[in-house]
This record gives sequence, C-alpha cells and structure tokens, in this order.
Amino acid sequence: MATVVTMPKLSPTMEEGVLLRWLKKEGEAIRPGDVIAEVETDKANMEFPIEEEGMVLRLLVKESETVKVGAPVAVVGEKGENVEAALQGAGASHGPSVGAEASQPQVPPPEDDRPTLRIRAEIVEQGLREAAARAEKAAAEAETARAEEAEPPGPEKIFGTREPGAREGAPLSVVPQEEGDGEEDETRVVPGRLRASPLARKIAAEHGLSLRQVAGSGPAGRVVQRDVLAALQAREKRAAATAQAPAAQAKAAQAKAPAARGPVLAPEAEVVPLSQMRKTVARRLTEAKQTVPHFYLTMDARGDALWAFYEQLRSLHGHGDQGGKITLNDLVVKATAIALTRVPAANASFSEAGLVRHRRVDIGVAVALEEGLITPVVRDADTKSVGTIAREIRELAARAREKKLRPEEYTGATFSVSNLGMYGVREFAAIINPPESGILAVGAIERRPVVLERGGEDRLAVQRVMTLTLSCDHRVIDGALGARLLGAIVQVIEHPLAMVL
Amino acid sequence: MPRMSYREALNQAMSEEMERDPNVFLMGEEVGHYQGAYKVSQGMLQKFGERRVIDTPIAEAGFVGVGIGSAMVGLRPIIELMTFNFSLVAIDQIINNAAKIRQMSGGQFKLPVVFRGPGGAAGNLAAQHSQSLESLYTHIPGLKVVMPSTPADAKGLLKTAIRDDDPVVFIEGELLYSQQGEVPEGEYTIPLGVGDIKRQGKDCTVVAWSKMAKLALQAAEAFEKDGVSIEVVDPRTLRPLDEQLILRSVRKTHRLVILEEGWPYAGVGAEIAYRVQCKAFDDLDAAVERVTALDAPMPYALHLEQKVLPSLDRVMAAIRRTLYLEE
Repeated sequence: MATVVTMPKLSPTMEEGVLLRWLKKEGEAIRPGDVIAEVETDKANMEFPIEEEGMVLRLLVKESETVKVGAPVAVVGEKGENVEAALQGAGASHGPSVGAEASQPQVPPPEDDRPTLRIRAEIVEQGLREAAARAEKAAAEAETARAEEAEPPGPEKIFGTREPGAREGAPLSVVPQEEGDGEEDETRVVPGRLRASPLARKIAAEHGLSLRQVAGSGPAGRVVQRDVLAALQAREKRAAATAQAPAAQAKAAQAKAPAARGPVLAPEAEVVPLSQMRKTVARRLTEAKQTVPHFYLTMDARGDALWAFYEQLRSLHGHGDQGGKITLNDLVVKATAIALTRVPAANASFSEAGLVRHRRVDIGVAVALEEGLITPVVRDADTKSVGTIAREIRELAARAREKKLRPEEYTGATFSVSNLGMYGVREFAAIINPPESGILAVGAIERRPVVLERGGEDRLAVQRVMTLTLSCDHRVIDGALGARLLGAIVQVIEHPLAMVL
Repeated sequence: MPRMSYREALNQAMSEEMERDPNVFLMGEEVGHYQGAYKVSQGMLQKFGERRVIDTPIAEAGFVGVGIGSAMVGLRPIIELMTFNFSLVAIDQIINNAAKIRQMSGGQFKLPVVFRGPGGAAGNLAAQHSQSLESLYTHIPGLKVVMPSTPADAKGLLKTAIRDDDPVVFIEGELLYSQQGEVPEGEYTIPLGVGDIKRQGKDCTVVAWSKMAKLALQAAEAFEKDGVSIEVVDPRTLRPLDEQLILRSVRKTHRLVILEEGWPYAGVGAEIAYRVQCKAFDDLDAAVERVTALDAPMPYALHLEQKVLPSLDRVMAAIRRTLYLEE
C-alpha cells in the first residue's frame, strides 16, 4: 500500500522546515536510504533520507515551501497504487500534486522526538489519530467560517436603551463543581505518555489533581509522590491566599484606622467565614479566568419574535400544558443547544492530547444561590422539547436551592448559559466553566430604538432587543468559529419556531 | 532476660524440646562426639546419650532418608546438615519424599521432621560451600522454610519447627552463630508464618531475613543521620510468608527494597516483589528494588566474594533509588 511520507524532525528543536529542493521526481524509483530532498531546518540544510522502497507517486509540496514537522510531503509506493486512498487513510487533507496549485496539507506534528518518516497513522495510537483528525476538521470549519465572515452582516443597525423588568428567579453566571472536579478528566482524554508512579496517580485522583499539571522529578520525568504532594500544597496555599485576602484587607483597614486622621473612612468591615461553596466558587473561577484564554463576542438579537413566542407559550398556562411555566431563559437554553448542533466544532473541550469533541449537548444553567451559584446540567438539551427543558431546569434549580443536587447533576456540561436579564442587566461577560469551552451571557430583552431600512431609507423604530455575549476558550474556539456559533444562536432566537422542529 | 549466642539459643531450643518430648532426637554428621561442626549441639550427647544424639557417616541421602522414615513412624527427628550446601546430595529425599508423602498418602502419614544447618557464604569457602539455597526450598509445596536472624527468633522458631507436623527446612546463618542477643527463658515459641518488624520506619521498607536483616539494619542506621527512616521487615519464615506484614509496611512507606543473599533469578525476593506490586500496586511510589548476590558462582578470593555479596553500599543505593534521591 502506498505510504504517506511526512516532514521529519531533523533537529531536536525543529518544528518546521523549508523543502529547498526535491532530489527525486514523481515516478522515480527509490530505495531505503535514498535522499529525496534537501530541507532547511532551524539549524542547517539537511538531507532528507527515505526508508521506503518503490517509487515516488506524488510530491505534495513545492520547492521552497515551508512545511510543519509531521505534515505530509510525498506519497511513495508501488506503481499504480492509490495515492488518494493513502492520503485519506493517513487522515491527511489531500491536495493535487505540486504541478497544480497545491494547498499545503496540514497535519498536527507528531509528538515523538525521533525522526519520523512514516505518517503517524501507522505508528501512533488510535486516540491520537482521532484527536488529530478532529482538530483538523475543526480547523477546516474555522477556515470556512472565516471566509463567511468576510461578508458584511445584515444592513440593520441596532441601538439600545434599557428596559428594567426582572423575570422570575433563575439563572446567573458561572459555575462551581465538586472539589477537584472539572480538572482534566483522565477518562475522557487519551493518556498519552504521562509517566507517574501508581501512588502518585492514586493521590492525584483522590484530590482531583490532573497529573499533567504536575512536573515529574523522577527518572524520565516520572511524577512521584513528592511531586503530587508539592502540587497539592501549592494549590492549598493558593486557595488559602484567596480566602484570606479579604480578611487580611479588613484587618489591615482596621489596623490603619486608629492612625488615620480626618475624613479617611475606616469602613466597619466584617469578615464572613467562607462557606465550602464560596471557597469552591473562588478557587474555580480564579483558576478558570487565569488558565483559560477568554475572549468575548457580543451580538444583538431582535427579540420580538421570541417575545411573541414566549407570550404564546405563557398563554397556554392552564390548558394542561407546560407552557405556563416556561421562561425566556428556557428558550435561550434551547436555542443555544440547537446552535451547538449546527456548529458542532464549538461543542468541544481542550486537552493536551487533542480537542475533545463532545457528541452530546449538555447545557449547564447557572443558578443563583444565597451563598454562591451552581450550574445544574440539562442533558441532551438539543433533543429535548422546550417543555421538558423548562421542567428540568425548574426542578434542578429548586433542588439546588435545597442543596440536594447530586454531583452528576451539576458536572459534565459541555456548554453553559448564564442569564442576568431578569435583573435588568443589558449585557455582561461570563467566566467559562472548564473544561467547557464557552458560556453564553444573556442580557435583558428590552425595547430599544433601532434603525431599520425600509424602501431605501433609514428609519427609527422601536423593537425588542436582547444582547448576547459569548465567552470563548480561544484554545478551542477561534473568533470566526465563535462568531458562527453566536450567529447561530441569534438565528434561532430570531426564528424561535425552530425550537419546535 | 539472659543474653546468649544464636548457637546457644538453638542448643537450648533442641534441648528443651528433647526434655519435653522423648520422641525428639538429633542426628547428623559430627553432632555427638565432636559436639557439632559449629558446636550447636555442644553437651547434648552427654545429656541425652547416644540413642538420641546420633553421629552419622558422611551420607546425607541416607541419614535424611532415615529421618523421614522415622518421622513417618511417629518420631520427631532433627536432622542436622553440616551446611545446606550438602543438602543437595539429599534433595531427592527432601523434595520427593519429605514434601510429598503427607499428600500422596492421603494424610495417613505426618512428617514431623526438621532439616537444620547453616546456609549462606561465610568467607573464603568458594563456590560449592557459599550458597544460599532458600529459594530452592521455598519453591516446593509441602515444605516450610524458616530463616531466623536473631538468637531469640532462632530459639522460638526452632521449638515451633520441632513441634510442627510438617517437614521444616530450618536454615541458620553460619556467620550468625556467635551473634549475641537476649533470649527468653523456657517456653518461648514463635508461630511459623509470622514476620517481625525489626525496626520501625516510614520512608522505605527493606525486607530481609537471616544475615541480611543485619545488613538492612545497618543501612537503616546509616540513613537515620540523613533523616530518612527505614523500616526493616524480617519475615523470619519464607514459606509460609507473612505477606500481610509486608503489605502493611509497604502501604505505609510506599517503597520496597528486598534484600537477599541468594541469586537474583527466581529468588525469594522475586516472589515478594510480584506479590507486592500485585496487591499494593496503588501504594507504590517507585519500582520495587532487589539487592541480591551477583548472578555468578561465588569466587574464592575474599575481595571478589565481597563484590558478589550484597553490600551496604548496594543496599543504600537501592534505597536511594526508591526515594528518588540523587546518588
């Protein structure tokens, strides 16, 4: 079978190389050890020897082109063998031969340090291969999205005013989970080449610590007991520092007070002990904001259709339906779930081994509690009816307030929704709840003056508008992909009948 | 508690058991008139007479066989082998008869026989007389194997071995005979299959028996200065093995070094290492280390012999590896 030859790692630090010159042509016979090309690395110009025997079937890159380590550069094999099949089998996007205008195939570089001539598909574990394929697909989709972005959006420009009007008690911002949960889930990702002693693994698991965050001090970087204990200690210290900061500030303020003169206020501060939930919220949000590269996208959705839909559902109250109990938030949750099925690349999590593409759409819904907040999860929200979602959220929120949620009911969401619209908040940015890669912050639906174009003329009108802000994990969601997802959410909100399809 | 030598403790155990039970007798080369090749049976001929302390010809297969036969008919022989190197001449009797008869007779015969004598290297004795053969005997179902490291253990375990209804291979340390220690007087027995923690520690467990337990204690002492605390576990009986004691210790220290005087291949330590990785896998912070004799027949030259045998340096290096300490 034909073999895809990839750019080898010709120096320890090489990440990409310039293919200076092909020394074999398509159709030319090759034997193991033959030099097929000259490659400029970060260190020097090197010969690129080949291990295969047969003939060069196709050269995939042009001379002087820069190629990432591990990316396909040629296909070799016996005469007449199927080049396309080999490329597909290798998970490589295939281009025409270099004679034509070749787009440069990109495959994530292999993790291995030694020179690799064969495509990873033949050597690497199944998991890595799948992760690579997923990453590539996501990249391709992002590419498409970027192309779409070039076109300007619709002609209407929307301005906003604020209309107060809090709706019934529900959702909020982000997201506490069980102590230690939500770190990297080892069962969900490919373990790769992590080295750790059994004891280190056990202790880390007991404390919900990801071993990937721990530097190993044993042979070949093995993570051993002392490394895990040190990491746990550091974590505790961080948590304690966070917890003590306000107390320390208050103390400092008190200490300064007697010395202070004149109108300098020494506010009568009071230190309220941290509840477990407050501690968890503090730790997880600090961690999330510090470790996840957030960026934010904001769009306005025309809300008249949603409002009408909502009013209609409310009017069904008392007709033996669930309609009466439905909230705007339930509709936004449903819209988000539908949008995620339309832009599945955004329904993913980052892990060192590759992007974890979720097959399910599980939406976390932030619920405010007296001492913090929690995000119960609506599983498979994309396939559930609005009525079912409403009932589940109502039920989960009620039990959350009674502190009766089971861990599996508030962990493992793939995406979250947070709504402060009922408090009159027009727009805000929420903090992502790792390992999720995004959270939608929902503002109030309110009447605002908007500019409409009618008959070639701009006119002012009053419409309901809802401002949505999407927080994205940039490691997973690029700007264009995020824009596509937010656009899809707006699309459903503006055409809410999609929710009954 | 009186202090006495390991040799005297063994003598006391045999004498007490012979006084207690007229069926117990001692047989072997030079046990009588010469007072024992290593003077373990000093004074016993005078005390118990020629019917119960019997000198034999140099014919191990013969007198080991006689011991087995007499055990089958109800006596409780103690068969002294001048050293366990010579047990090889009688190993067919020990493995094919002593270890099998109880099972093959459907339990009609008990085999209350003790094969005892020194094992291990003792300096300049060359390849044929410096062997630690415990792994050969621990391999055999039907045998019990005991290797005491202190005078008190020697007494308590030998008394129990003599009273045991199964054949017991009781290997003494040739270089331990002169070692002094406190030994409880009179009735003092230690059950077979029960190990002993010779030194408490929390950072690394060293399992060692017989002469090697002393080396382990030396290593523990040396590490104490650096604030590293070593636990020394002496299983005392190699078969049956006090597995729980070893597992408990490893679960505490998370690290294990097994020290034995025998060769590495299929040694007793290999079995212990297997069981620990199997049953305490999640408690291990480092690979189990073994320190054994080098895999070669013993050289005659003393400096080479010292190279071959486990040394303090090698034991300490192995402990350091389990602790991930720099060499």
